[in-house]
Amino acid sequence: MANRRLAPASEQPAAFAFSSENADWAKGQIEKYPEGRQASAVIPLLWKAQEQNGGWLPQKAIEAVADELGMPHIRVLEVATFYTMFALEPVGKFWIQLCGTVPCDSCGARGLKDYLHHRLGAPGHVSADGNFSWLEVECLGACCNAPMAQINQDYYEDLTPDLLGKLMDDLAAGRPVKIGSQVGRTSSEPLGGADTLTDATLFDGSRVGAWRKRFEQKDEENEAGKAEAASSEQRAASDPKPARPDAGRAVGTSATDAPAQRAAAGETPVKAGDKVDAADRTESTAQPNKSAPAAPETIAKAEAAGAEAGTQSALPRNEPPPQPVNSGASADAPAPASAPHPSDPKKGN
Amino acid sequence: MLADQDRIFTNLYGLHSPGLDAAKQRGAWDGTKFLLEMGRDWIIDEMKQSGLRGRGGAGFPTGLKWSFMPKKSDGRPHYLVVNADESEPGTCKDREIMRHDPHLLIEGCMLASFAMAAHACYIYIRGEYVAEKHALQRAVDEAYAARLVGKDNVHGYPFDIYVHHGAGAYICGEETALLESLEGKKGMPRLKPPFPANMGLYGCPTTVNNVESIAVAGTILRRGGAWFAGLGGKNNTGTKLFCVSGHVNKPCNVEEELGITFRELVDKHCGGMRGGWDNLLCSIPGGSSVPLVPAEQIIDAKMDFDTLKNLGSGLGTAAVIVLDRSTDIVSAIARIAYFYKHESCGQCTPCREGTGWMWRVMLRMAEGRAQRREIDMLLDVTKQIEGHTICALGDAAAWPIQGLIRHFRPEIEKRIDRYSANPHSDPVPMAAE
Repeated sequence: MANRRLAPASEQPAAFAFSSENADWAKGQIEKYPEGRQASAVIPLLWKAQEQNGGWLPQKAIEAVADELGMPHIRVLEVATFYTMFALEPVGKFWIQLCGTVPCDSCGARGLKDYLHHRLGAPGHVSADGNFSWLEVECLGACCNAPMAQINQDYYEDLTPDLLGKLMDDLAAGRPVKIGSQVGRTSSEPLGGADTLTDATLFDGSRVGAWRKRFEQKDEENEAGKAEAASSEQRAASDPKPARPDAGRAVGTSATDAPAQRAAAGETPVKAGDKVDAADRTESTAQPNKSAPAAPETIAKAEAAGAEAGTQSALPRNEPPPQPVNSGASADAPAPASAPHPSDPKKGN
Repeated sequence: MLADQDRIFTNLYGLHSPGLDAAKQRGAWDGTKFLLEMGRDWIIDEMKQSGLRGRGGAGFPTGLKWSFMPKKSDGRPHYLVVNADESEPGTCKDREIMRHDPHLLIEGCMLASFAMAAHACYIYIRGEYVAEKHALQRAVDEAYAARLVGKDNVHGYPFDIYVHHGAGAYICGEETALLESLEGKKGMPRLKPPFPANMGLYGCPTTVNNVESIAVAGTILRRGGAWFAGLGGKNNTGTKLFCVSGHVNKPCNVEEELGITFRELVDKHCGGMRGGWDNLLCSIPGGSSVPLVPAEQIIDAKMDFDTLKNLGSGLGTAAVIVLDRSTDIVSAIARIAYFYKHESCGQCTPCREGTGWMWRVMLRMAEGRAQRREIDMLLDVTKQIEGHTICALGDAAAWPIQGLIRHFRPEIEKRIDRYSANPHSDPVPMAAE
């Protein structure tokens, strides 16, 4: 966390009010958010206040924004001290934020830092002529153009100490400067131009609409699919083989699943005894009234035995089976997601 | 190398106009109405089929995320929030989309919002990106003027899009912190559940997506999920913007297929490794949050989610930071530790206190002013921070240090031995802050 405090009282202006232009702008911002949610506009408004106040945010401005948005002062103060782009103390006419995070750091930001130290002294202080102040900040998101610095609102990229020095001289003297890369790159392409995105057909409009073929083809395929389905129906009518019975499960496995098939599919083979059990369980719990009151002691015994042995084949068929243990559940479940619930008869065999 | 015809961001470098007419020439806003008429389920299915994994770092399947939104509104409006708070060190891809191909993003917002029954979309852009904010706002204004978006637009689906900006807080890249910030509060992450898909912005169902995930949607829907899934490898499909920075000859952003090898990426697009391949020390392949991978492991590794995960790192945002043998690796990781100390929001104790503690220990270790046993202590503390915080910033602060100790412990020990073998005056005590 960054330790951030308001500027001392001696530097705070006595009052702050939005200019009429900025007040109108603020109204436009508030309208972006649903009714009653005007607090959302707090960052844009503070930002505008900072801009109007020469790049830093005095206490009065924070209070003015709070009043404008109907928020308690402390809530806005909280926001102003939390976000690091709000400068709480006066800054120079040109406020240099030097990126010092790893990509820039490894590409020479330390040299820039030394240069700024040498030229302007410690960070956070306005130079004697009022022109500059600087701070090392965290990643500014222009890492392919490292090292870089943000001066007021603009990014200056691919810097060296010499280039930064020249840039600062130009700014101080009011000469025009080039925003962005200082070594002639347009943006983040490789220095000297990219080998990619050179195909002229990307830009001449020939791509527009080309993708629609996909949907036309799809329509044709659908037609073809229908024809095929019709012919297979005819074939089926002339060759009446019994279809494999459907298992009635949500997952599409056929009823004839043998252990060999399961083993081939990479599943654990299931013992026949487990399978019988699983079938028993679902059958009997589907009709609990018939068997449950019959012999509670036997049930308890059976449960205990089942829990120990994992299988219980000695029980009479319409006794409730042991509570499901792992082996019993897996007997009927090709995948864990479709493990049958004992009370759901549809899912049993 | 990916063919130009398969690139989605055709104006990545800003060599052409970002304006609406030029964007239409390049294929944006082409048949959007047709795509919308295919229906919500079709859009989500196609996105699922494409296998697109979120481009903001976590790699969660985008189509699946969209399908989490309630199918029917319970009276609360739905929101799409686009996370353009790009602050992960090493990452600079969304910036190029917003200033050079903004219409792909706006169209993607329209399509995604339709798929989630949202009628309003907020794009939360980081405060430092002032020029990008203006560029995006210009594009939004163009889209409104052409009635592509708005209450009464040519697509027949009322849809408003707003550009909102932050003010410099890395933590606002975390989705719930972003929502807090968007509501006008400090950007402190919320506990989950409730997840944003149920209780997000203003307590309404919300989906938060990265800029790149949204901006590719239009092209995916036009050319088909199958096309996108055909690029890259299984479970790591499609193209991705790689931001290569650090010690390569020509650092750049480039769109490539997932699964390109590190060597090919650097050789083909970045003019090769500075000083040749023998000079490679290590790489941080997914932005500063992921552990570094030493040269011999990364050099022929495929750059995709699963391969890098198996190397004990991650693809993250595909911000590839390349470091050569001139790098003081302990200082570099100490600098990353400082970053997390600076950006911790201060909500959870392990992170607030731990990030500062780790940074101070790292600083000493960079000089060698430490004990050998402190390496294990440091590792232990990173494990105590990891997984014990509301959001992933604690994890992100711990991982780079874990990666350093895993791969460069001898280097740290060497410094400690060298320091202790030489006479030094008492170190200046440093107060905790």
